[in-house]
Amino acid sequence: MARVVVDVMLKPEILDPQGQAVQRALPRLGFEGISDVRQGKRFELEVDGPVDDTALARIHELAESFLANTVIEDFTVKVEEVAEAGK
Amino acid sequence: MTARIGVVTFPGSLDDRDTQRAIKLAGAEPVALWHKDKDLKQVDAVVLPGGFSYGDYLRAGAISRFSPVMATVIEQAKSGMPVLGICNGFQILTEAHLLPGGMLGNDHLHFICRDQKLKVENADTAWTVDYESGQEIHIPLKNMDGRYVADERTLDMLEAEGRVVFRYVVGGEFADGFGNPNGSLRDIAGITNEAGNVVGLMPHPEHAVEPLVGSGRTDGLPFFTSILKKLVNA
Repeated sequence: MARVVVDVMLKPEILDPQGQAVQRALPRLGFEGISDVRQGKRFELEVDGPVDDTALARIHELAESFLANTVIEDFTVKVEEVAEAGK
Repeated sequence: MTARIGVVTFPGSLDDRDTQRAIKLAGAEPVALWHKDKDLKQVDAVVLPGGFSYGDYLRAGAISRFSPVMATVIEQAKSGMPVLGICNGFQILTEAHLLPGGMLGNDHLHFICRDQKLKVENADTAWTVDYESGQEIHIPLKNMDGRYVADERTLDMLEAEGRVVFRYVVGGEFADGFGNPNGSLRDIAGITNEAGNVVGLMPHPEHAVEPLVGSGRTDGLPFFTSILKKLVNA
């Protein structure tokens, strides 16, 4: 069993007011030296069965057509092994 | 026989009834359409109303765009059927790629609700022939995700092809003192597709059709008389 993680971020040229609001709060909290924050979305997909090339291709398609709107967002897909109990 | 104009109800639609009422006031026949139903009941045009369809989960309009009714709407829109997307409807149209660009949260991060001054830039679309180019109108604006964005090339293309249909009036002698309400690039409030049959905008014409309610103006009514004129003359 494996987990596939899809990270979605606004394209770099698009203004991210949420990230800016977070960044502006940082000095108040005592965090200095962070010049920019951008906020995105992370999807964790628990996959039944093996994550082979076919499964990854399908997830890529899902990310491209649904999880991200590629007009305004970029995405990455990566496989994360899940540690199973007893191993 | 008058024109039959469909209004889709999604789970979370709010303005479907107001839209039906506006269509009726304009003299056309409103037809209720259901998101789970692929059948458009032989309507001549479709309005996607405002609201928060499917809770706007994921992104505004992202889930609705895959509803059964949208499969037919997308197919028919591509072959010329007039489609108007208001607010959430506009968001659905960008998610469905029937209109270019995308919609994001207001730049000030707050919900906004006010009467908004707009300038009509294109009075040739299926939904705007009863306006005059350059005319100013006041209609209500109420949204969370009203910021229109697109890359520079797309924005330049929209401008060059006259596809910016409405702009927020933010400066110059007609400024209303409020400025751009949501950070939309180039003050864009509404756009159209290449053929001019698909129009999307954030403000709500269906809330400005009777003098008794809302702003007391009927500046939104020409949307619905425009489409009636277009369909009856067709």
